[in-house]
Amino acid sequence: MTDSLVLALVVPLAGALLVTALPAHAARIGLFSVMLNTLNIALLTLGVWQHDELQLALGDWAPPLGIGFVADGLSAAMLAMTALVSLAISVYAGDYFRDPARARHFWPLWLLLLTSLNGLFLAADLFNLYVNLELLGLSAAALGALGGQRTALEANLRYLLVGLLGSMTYLLGVALIYSGFSTLDFAQLAAQLARGDAAASGLLGATALGLMVMGLALKAALFPLHFWLPPAHGSAPAPVSAALSALVVKAAFYLILRLWLEVFAPLTTQGAANLLGLLGAGAVLWGSWQALRAERLKLLAAYSTVAQLGYLFLFFPILQGLPAGETRSNLFAAVTLMALAHGFAKSGLFLAAGFVQQQAGHDRIAELGTTLQQLPATTLTLALAGTALIGLPPSGSFVAKWLLLGGAMANGQWWWVLVLLAGTLLAVAYVFRLMTRAFGLEPTPRHFFTQARAEGPALLLAAMATGVLGVATAPLWHLLGTSGGLG
Amino acid sequence: MMETLDSLLPVAILLSSLLPGLAIFMVAEDSHWLRGLLNMTGALVKLVLVGMLVWGVYHDHSYDAELVLAPGLSLVLQADALSVLFVTLSSVLWLVTTVYAIGYLEHSPNRSRFFGFFSLCVTATIGIALAGNLFTFVVFYEILTLATYPLVSHRGTPDATAGARAYLAYTMTGGAVLMIGAVWLQTLIGPVDFTQGGLLAEQPEALHGQFIIIFVLLLAGLGVKAALVPLHGWLPRSMVAPAPVSALLHAVAVVKAGAFGIVRLVYDIYGVEFAHALGLLTLLGVLASVTILYGSIMALSQDGLKKRLAYSTVSQVSYIALGASIFGPVATIGGMVHLVHQGIMKITLFLCAGNYAETLGVHKVSEMDGIGRRMPWTTLAFSVGALGMIGIPPIAGFISKWYLGLGAIKADMPWVLLVLGASTLLNAAYFLPILFRAWFREPPPHWPHEDIPRRRLETHATLLWPPLITAALCLLAGLFAAAPFSPLEWTTLIARREYP
Amino acid sequence: MDAELLYASAGFILFVLGIWSLLLHRLLIRKLIALNIMGSGVFHLLIATAEHHGEPADPVPHALVLTGIVVAVSATALALSFGRALRGDGDD
Repeated sequence: MTDSLVLALVVPLAGALLVTALPAHAARIGLFSVMLNTLNIALLTLGVWQHDELQLALGDWAPPLGIGFVADGLSAAMLAMTALVSLAISVYAGDYFRDPARARHFWPLWLLLLTSLNGLFLAADLFNLYVNLELLGLSAAALGALGGQRTALEANLRYLLVGLLGSMTYLLGVALIYSGFSTLDFAQLAAQLARGDAAASGLLGATALGLMVMGLALKAALFPLHFWLPPAHGSAPAPVSAALSALVVKAAFYLILRLWLEVFAPLTTQGAANLLGLLGAGAVLWGSWQALRAERLKLLAAYSTVAQLGYLFLFFPILQGLPAGETRSNLFAAVTLMALAHGFAKSGLFLAAGFVQQQAGHDRIAELGTTLQQLPATTLTLALAGTALIGLPPSGSFVAKWLLLGGAMANGQWWWVLVLLAGTLLAVAYVFRLMTRAFGLEPTPRHFFTQARAEGPALLLAAMATGVLGVATAPLWHLLGTSGGLG
Repeated sequence: MMETLDSLLPVAILLSSLLPGLAIFMVAEDSHWLRGLLNMTGALVKLVLVGMLVWGVYHDHSYDAELVLAPGLSLVLQADALSVLFVTLSSVLWLVTTVYAIGYLEHSPNRSRFFGFFSLCVTATIGIALAGNLFTFVVFYEILTLATYPLVSHRGTPDATAGARAYLAYTMTGGAVLMIGAVWLQTLIGPVDFTQGGLLAEQPEALHGQFIIIFVLLLAGLGVKAALVPLHGWLPRSMVAPAPVSALLHAVAVVKAGAFGIVRLVYDIYGVEFAHALGLLTLLGVLASVTILYGSIMALSQDGLKKRLAYSTVSQVSYIALGASIFGPVATIGGMVHLVHQGIMKITLFLCAGNYAETLGVHKVSEMDGIGRRMPWTTLAFSVGALGMIGIPPIAGFISKWYLGLGAIKADMPWVLLVLGASTLLNAAYFLPILFRAWFREPPPHWPHEDIPRRRLETHATLLWPPLITAALCLLAGLFAAAPFSPLEWTTLIARREYP
Repeated sequence: MDAELLYASAGFILFVLGIWSLLLHRLLIRKLIALNIMGSGVFHLLIATAEHHGEPADPVPHALVLTGIVVAVSATALALSFGRALRGDGDD
């Protein structure tokens, strides 16, 4: 079973090397590697399902010297989402990057990105995380600039530099931790902190946590550090935008969640969590407002990512205030569900937006009516994804929002209810600003699909977010029930 | 084995319109036969399944299907007598409306989209009817909003877009308020399962203040769809939708979902006695009365036939809420039976209005002079519906008003009689002139837009039969009100279970 | 102990100087140098923690710093190639 932990890195990395060596067959080898990866992650998830947790010490070197990999429920959930989303993106990309010159650049970077994502979700020590985080940032920025236009280059150079600033800040935190605790391993750190050794290490630990969270918040585009995201995600090629919005920012969020709730839980305070929540609220309102004002479809999607990440941070103050129990474990599962639902919905939305852009030749929302009416499948995809972004049933985000509201009320933190209400209504407005254009007097399209290979993957992703995740949440709860220290 | 079959039946009823609906989206636009086959198969299968359900519930079988989403949060489908009432109504009317819509939309664009959402809409309604707890109710209530939006904006004209936007603004805000109220209630008392007699009466008194606020929130959320004044603004504006959609909005799904929700709220969450004790019934009664009178007065001055019918809906649907607000079994029967009676009468009126528009291009009351001579059968059906609305025996509407009035007397609320009397006079004032024009005035030399020439029948058979059938139902529901399985007998069964 | 503290403080000062000039300068090359200075600051700090009075030094920080340097070099290289692409595209 633990083989699948190693294979999660080996398969995409080997794929990346192979497509570099054999550029003529890049698309075929690339797709095959991603399929293989999906299969492997399925096995890994099955393993976590049965054994609660999979662990592996590379080369039998134990921490703190060796590098450990751990897969628990939360990692498995993120890995599974990544595998499915990346599979859909790969199928779509095979169609999108027809030009062999661009395909030659896309596939190695894309597989590298997948490697680093897998590594990040499996890493069990702070430094290993740093390496994967950097690898992720580098491959993401390079992918984002694939289009080659000046705006894309500028936006992604900024993304790269901001990312580097974020990871340097994170690394400073890591160095402080090592100086205080002489270990970077999650389990050992958590054990030392739980014992609560010295006041000095508490202060040191809190400073370090602050630095790491700050660095990661920059990478997760938490308001007001989100400024780099809309231009970068809005200018990248569609499949890359999908991966950036659905997976890459989500990875940084995943790290904050893990550090905050698991490793450094004894150091966190309600005040600090409130600050995260407050920034989240700012992101929800500002991101939704900007999405409402956006003139281009991809920019709308990018700003909506800012808003959706805000929702994820709203969970922190509420989780912080709740005692261990059913409400809290439900809420932890809800934040994961929200992250997954957004991952599926946003990737579907970006893929659909990319197809609309290809068909219309532009993505100015005001002029998309004709194109939308000609593409029923893509319009349905946009509608399903939009449903999940608003948080309406039957989407996973509806269930998550319901639980979030319940948590806020159980906690007496009423002000978040107003944020959720305002965010929801703003989301209705920006989603339907687009959907209204799908109804008009254009001639009826003959068929549901215009180009099944481009529209199918997007539709499936959106249907995962609105449909599957809104109904079949029980497996996620089972998977997360095994997540260490959160029961 | 029987156990699993019993829990499968509500799910199967849901799937019988969901699966055809999803399939219809994928059907190529030109495959009329395939689409028609899917539509009719779904509608007929649903009817058979609902028949089984009615039989089972009558014999005290219980049907429960639960899908756990999270600890303390489940989707529950169950069938009690009240849900069966609504399920039966909507599945019978779905079949009728589908037949009508196939005829009505012949040669019109985007039919796969239309019928796909049409089926989803009915699925959501069935889900609302079968919901076993508040969470499930909210889920389907919101899905209903999403599924009806494309139908309202189906025509794609600027009018349709504006109407759909108003619909969306009202229902989405209402939905959000409903959700807040529902989560709040669930935070206070745990899962809110619909329970005969309510489940709040035993809660500690300290919570009563919050219960009152929650009631107002939930009522506001439901009141939007039930078109309670002042939340009714979307209903007249969404009249731009095609006739089958209007029928769906007014008789089968949307407005009914709101009214049904109010009934659930009063009887199965708060419990009618507890709601009475908190003074909430008075609030509901006043709101309902204002709505009844306001809708009727507004209907008087409308020249657009469908607009007049829309304001009439605003007024008539509140009879259901009025019935719920009067404490006592007789008024309960009157309100609930009107859920069915208003449905069959109003759908008759809308289908007839659709026939006038589609056959002759007549959209306004002032164009209806002598239309009874050109289209006698349609006008006959229209007359049955209109007289029923006024409350002339032996048509179904009379039964509702009779029970409501009797209930008000028993509950010692004489002012309700005044409301009923005034509303009846107003009903007569806005319906009788139409009937007079239609039957007794001379027809004009030319109709505005005669699209369907007169052959053996006055219009297409698929357009003619549905209103005739629903008009016959109006008569039957009134004439055979005392027969077993009539709406009246069924609501009496519910009331007997509600007031032990 | 003193040497360790000195190294650590120097590292911290380097980091702060790096951030300062990263935010201050507009030119890409200066920003990159600033980032590398930040990185050196962190590496200083890490190396300082390796000191184990009398005993052999802790090997882990060395490994970390080596890895960190490799990462920093590749990041710099990527950023430079972005810069070149932007220049090749026209003005700068």
